[in-house]
Amino acid sequence: MRAVVTVIGHDGKGIIAKVSKECYECGANISDITQSVLREYFAMIMLVDIDDMSVSFSEFVDRLESLGNKNGLEIKAMHEDIFNSMHRI
Amino acid sequence: MSMLNMSDVLETVNMLTEENLDIRTITMGISLFDCVSEDENRFAEKIYDKITSKAKNLVKVGEDIEKQYGIPIVNKRVSVTPVSLVGGSMSEEGYIKAAKALDKAAKELGINFIGGYGALVQKGMTLGARRLINSIPVALSETERVCSSVNVASTKAGINMDAIQLTGRTVKELARLTKDQDSIGCAKFVVFANVPEDNPFMAGAFHGIGEDECVINVGVSGPGVVSSAIERAGDCSLSELSEIIKKTAFKITRMGQLVMREASSRLGVNPGIIDLSLAPTPAVGDSVAHILEEMGLEQTGAHGTTACLAMLNDAVKKGGVMAAGSVGGLSGAFIPVSEDAGMIDAVKAGSLSIEKLEAMTAVCSVGLDMIAIPGDTPEAVICGIIADEISIGVANTKTTAVRVIPAYGKKAGDTVNFGGLLGYAPIMDIKPLSPEKFIMRGGRIPAPIHSLKN
Repeated sequence: MRAVVTVIGHDGKGIIAKVSKECYECGANISDITQSVLREYFAMIMLVDIDDMSVSFSEFVDRLESLGNKNGLEIKAMHEDIFNSMHRI
Repeated sequence: MSMLNMSDVLETVNMLTEENLDIRTITMGISLFDCVSEDENRFAEKIYDKITSKAKNLVKVGEDIEKQYGIPIVNKRVSVTPVSLVGGSMSEEGYIKAAKALDKAAKELGINFIGGYGALVQKGMTLGARRLINSIPVALSETERVCSSVNVASTKAGINMDAIQLTGRTVKELARLTKDQDSIGCAKFVVFANVPEDNPFMAGAFHGIGEDECVINVGVSGPGVVSSAIERAGDCSLSELSEIIKKTAFKITRMGQLVMREASSRLGVNPGIIDLSLAPTPAVGDSVAHILEEMGLEQTGAHGTTACLAMLNDAVKKGGVMAAGSVGGLSGAFIPVSEDAGMIDAVKAGSLSIEKLEAMTAVCSVGLDMIAIPGDTPEAVICGIIADEISIGVANTKTTAVRVIPAYGKKAGDTVNFGGLLGYAPIMDIKPLSPEKFIMRGGRIPAPIHSLKN
């Protein structure tokens, strides 16, 4: 199973490092990253493998959210099926 | 599989975080046919046991899905077989015990409403159905979460005016018995024509007679998403706008389909239907009236409103149908007054009258919904409001319904406040003219002819 992690907020140093570290600590394997900075806004989407995580998916969601809160970012993790069903016929 | 498209991902996230996209309800339909008993205590006990066993994981599963997909599921609810069909031998007291069992089950499950305390009397009324209807005011005022509906007409059977007389009295009595809470009892009671038997939305949800033992029905929502999509489209023709609404409805409904698949499989029950609805809430950015205004009306209620709504309703269905495996329920735009910030404003400004609302119901989902009227409105006038709305449904082969609140002790211009999703409403002015002689004739208005259409 894979999940999509979205990170949105003001640009700053070390955002990718912090999010990657959290993923690593939870045992989520990053399989793809796309990232861009539009004016001062940072947007990143990560595709992560969640099959061998050391924590529950729900804890993963909460940990990323609180990491976002601490750093002024909005971080969400959602199962990839929501995007597939909405955007693929 | 390749990486998801960035703008698609951000669009979905934006819908969820900025535009109030949610699943409005997952409703478990449960058959009560095997709860029949001639003993009223046993009847109530069997109802309680069946519901609490079938739906025991409903809330938990709903919350798990919310977490996994990041989609809010606002309500988890239960609908049951119309209680009059399984409790035919009950006295009024027996029915009220059953209502209390439903209420207790809802509390035990942690759900806010349970629907199905109702009767189907479109052609005639059994003694059991009559006793159930007579028990509704006490049953709903002595419970908190039980919802009730009565189907008084269908295109095939015509309109049961005797039943309308009874429901008019029921509405008045409910208003009186719940006067301390702005007559909230009336918000839990709906009168229908051509009622759908798989509707997941309250207060009209029940589990129809041709349904499975247990199913999951899903009601989607998303007025804010549609409104924003129209805003982004800027100046464009109505043909283009229709395409935009269809595409948006498709996306919203696909999310509903995903939730239905997950919920039914995790709960081990069959998937039912998706109700393709635009269901507003009083929250800012979650209004159907604001969609109409975004489409180009100065305010909802302006001439042009009916045309605007007809197009919106049609486009939502066209987009949604392709996204869903099975469609049912009330499917369409809802136009409740108290639950929609834009409708409330339009009524307050004097732009939207009950007559215009009635016209709007001819082209969209449901009917005169959550409309507060003066507390001293005579019973016959309420019956007249019901009969008018019901006849629109019967003549047009569509569902219509009435949920009016004659707010006890209040007059036009006052406000009622129910809180939460039920919202608040300014009390609308009603014509004082009496239809009493017409209503009191009773009997049945025959089914309409379906040729020679004019």
